Amino acid sequence: MSSPLPLSQFKRDATRLSADLTHRERLQTAMGKYQASRQPQQAAFHDWQQARQVAAETKWDALNHLDVYLKEFEKNATARGTRVHWASNSEQAREIIVDLLKKHGAKSVIKSKVMTSEEIHLNALLEKLGYSVVESDLGEYIQQLRGEGPYHFVFPCMHLSRAEISDLFTEHLGTATTHDPEELTMIARRVLREKYITADVGFTGANFIVAETGMISITENEGNARLTAALPRVMISLVGIEKVVPRLADLALFLPMLATAGTGQPLTCYNSMYGGPRQPDECDGPEEWHVILLDNHRTRLLADPEQRDALHCIRCGACLNVCPIFKNIGGHSYGTTYQGPIGAVITPHLRGVQDWKHLSSASSLCGACTETCPVKIDLHHHLLQQRRNAVAQKRGGLEGLLWKAFAFCMNQPVIYRTMTKMGRWTRPLHRWIQGSWLDPARAWTRTRELPPLPAETFKDFWRNRKG
Amino acid sequence: MNTERENILGRIGEALRLTAPQPGHRDPAEPLRTAATAAREWLPVVEEQTESRWALFARKSVELKTTLVLCDSPSDATTKLLEIGRAENWQRVACHGKAAAANLAASLGLPTVNTTPSYNMAELESCDAGITECDALVAQTGSVLLTSRSGGGRALSVLPPHHIVIARRDQLVPDLPAAYAQLHATYGGRWPSLIAFITGPSRTGDIERILVLGAHGPKKLTILVVP
Amino acid sequence: MKVTLFVPCFIDLVSPQVGVAMVNLLEKLGHTLEYPEKLTCCGQPPFNSGYWEEARRVARPVLERLQNAEAVVIGSGSCGAMLKKFYPDLFAGQPEAEAAQALSDKCWEFSEFLVNKLGVTSVGAKFPHRVTIHDGCHGLRELNGKQPIRKLLQAVEGLELVEMKEAETCCGFGGTFATKFPMISTAMGEVKCASAAETCAEFMVSNDSSCLLHLRGLMDRTGQSLPTRHVAEILMCS
Repeated sequence: MSSPLPLSQFKRDATRLSADLTHRERLQTAMGKYQASRQPQQAAFHDWQQARQVAAETKWDALNHLDVYLKEFEKNATARGTRVHWASNSEQAREIIVDLLKKHGAKSVIKSKVMTSEEIHLNALLEKLGYSVVESDLGEYIQQLRGEGPYHFVFPCMHLSRAEISDLFTEHLGTATTHDPEELTMIARRVLREKYITADVGFTGANFIVAETGMISITENEGNARLTAALPRVMISLVGIEKVVPRLADLALFLPMLATAGTGQPLTCYNSMYGGPRQPDECDGPEEWHVILLDNHRTRLLADPEQRDALHCIRCGACLNVCPIFKNIGGHSYGTTYQGPIGAVITPHLRGVQDWKHLSSASSLCGACTETCPVKIDLHHHLLQQRRNAVAQKRGGLEGLLWKAFAFCMNQPVIYRTMTKMGRWTRPLHRWIQGSWLDPARAWTRTRELPPLPAETFKDFWRNRKG
Repeated sequence: MNTERENILGRIGEALRLTAPQPGHRDPAEPLRTAATAAREWLPVVEEQTESRWALFARKSVELKTTLVLCDSPSDATTKLLEIGRAENWQRVACHGKAAAANLAASLGLPTVNTTPSYNMAELESCDAGITECDALVAQTGSVLLTSRSGGGRALSVLPPHHIVIARRDQLVPDLPAAYAQLHATYGGRWPSLIAFITGPSRTGDIERILVLGAHGPKKLTILVVP
Repeated sequence: MKVTLFVPCFIDLVSPQVGVAMVNLLEKLGHTLEYPEKLTCCGQPPFNSGYWEEARRVARPVLERLQNAEAVVIGSGSCGAMLKKFYPDLFAGQPEAEAAQALSDKCWEFSEFLVNKLGVTSVGAKFPHRVTIHDGCHGLRELNGKQPIRKLLQAVEGLELVEMKEAETCCGFGGTFATKFPMISTAMGEVKCASAAETCAEFMVSNDSSCLLHLRGLMDRTGQSLPTRHVAEILMCS
């Protein structure tokens, strides 16, 4: 369900938002707070760089033996009464979910934050089929009321002010205006409490799949995922196949790294590992638990050894938080489920190179993302490789010619010299056309001055001093 | 969907015929390290002495806005709990069948919901506090480790607005690797369906990144430690 | 030592004084300079745009002309990264792979060369002004070059170094990115310039003239009067 022209949508939204100073200010403030809380947590690690390396090695092992670990997970999960399903794509995942809802005569679904469900556009489908679907993560709930996808896959409504949220609640819930974040949170708490208790099905994602014990691990702060996994009689978890870690105790490293990089906490408030539905000796929990392992073109990315490490991603969102592009254009401009650098790397694999290659071009390749990534994904170099792959697959018409001409000229020192001379002669004429449609440097000169060209180039200087 | 299972595993097998370069330009001849065995070396350092571990746990509790109450004896714990209950005007509390939690709840003299296999969710929701035991306290992170077995199921520790944990002094473990080692030792092979690290009361920062406690889970977390 | 200069095309054309300063400084330190005049571009623009075949066409003569050099000193972190870090990638699996690696091993960004290779930090410069640094991303992250420029500037007599909050944040130049997505590039530049202005510095100094070209153009348009300098120019002040 990609929009027909992702590139034009991207250009339109990114251009509009990068000039929106209120928006920029809000993002910079939020990310400033993130940095302020992250830095001390990262510094508390005995050695953060080594921790990253070990995390990357563990994920490398997991991904490069993915089939082995998935089978191990399936075996151990099934032994504990968990039903494991496999879905190659969105359609299959949707079908499995709808079948389960029908089988249980379910009418209402409560969801904790599930990015994979955004991938398969689940809410729209279930609503169309007449089910009640409610997001329970506060940010996701707000976004659902707005009829928008998450703006950032960790901070879903970070682009909104409290006043906007208050207005939204007034409009949809009839509550009085309040600009107190606590009161606003309590409004959502009250509304959603009832939903947990009455929902037939709890729907979750997972941050990790543990092969060794057949468990999934969910990280959150609010307690909404815990309630989602505790109260309804059926639980469904939709999980990307790349989420595997081999051993339960691997989480001793991944949980604090995820919290540090994701939100700047030593550990997120709730880290819950679920191993099956309610067991015979237990007093509560779902009677049935279904885990759907979702491929949805992840195997396409897996098949590219050069960029395979993008599947190491633990979705902490740190690469968005440090990305100067993200901080100016915001999350919705991307038009993707996963925003920011990681989104720009994986979306072309998941949804088609030619439609989404512009995301890799829309980067200055500064490398802040790679530097911050807790599992050492070589993000900005992947963007570079993505550009190469896109060209190899399909050369740009005009752009291809341009680079051919460029290479030709740069290979002939004489032509280079002639062109620099011509540049200097014609430079004074430029101001007559500057900024107009005749200006070949329009993309530059709309917002920037061209530099003056000195009378003597360095090459001239060198030649003259040799005499 | 057995055929999809084969399809996906088939695609994975096909994809993995080429091995990816090793992370961080490491020497492929060196054995890979695993997070499970190497974590402790790189995580925040926890000192050896019990006293400094408690000091760390207390410091973390303050940062997390957890109330840590050190008690001299089980009766002291009862007294302190009564004070909390009176201050918050509790009408009804919940607990589970385990001795320490149930005794503590009984000592309050209030109507009590016990999370037996037939308990009623709506009744639990109406309680002012949920009293549970735990598996361990983690000094490194200020966390409470509990499971559906030690914590009276999945809902007791998250549904009522105040979560009271009763822990023993000897339950403090230094760090997360130690907590996982203990889990393996206690449950290996007979896993409970929920294992949870609870690190402070429920919270959110979704509105302008401003911290609010009690988003969906408990607004308060109190840990009573008895000798 | 015999030093071979690689002067990036934008320095050749737009900021030749930077190249001149490098020549004067290296000669003052007693080194013999060589400059292969036929060098043009390192090939980074097509490389960054995904046109690797074209990039190789531009890069091959560079490999050839620099193959006998003892040490290559490059006047920009960006081109430095291209020669040192990306040539081996660009020529991986090509007949020139070995040559690319051999060249990589003897390439130095200018400030890195002074500090890490020559062990020089103080060159007897004097510059009694308040200065802030812009870290070019390629120099900073591809070449790990945060310290050399700081060591050099700290040793300049009278110079007061004041770090800006966004020192490590990309300025938004990014080569062809600046013209493919001009509005994003501009927004990023504005953030950078505002951060530089906050320091009340009299000069913004970098070891990458390409970033400065973009920032200069932006500030000239908006009327912000913060002069920009390459570190080599400061080191030749006395």
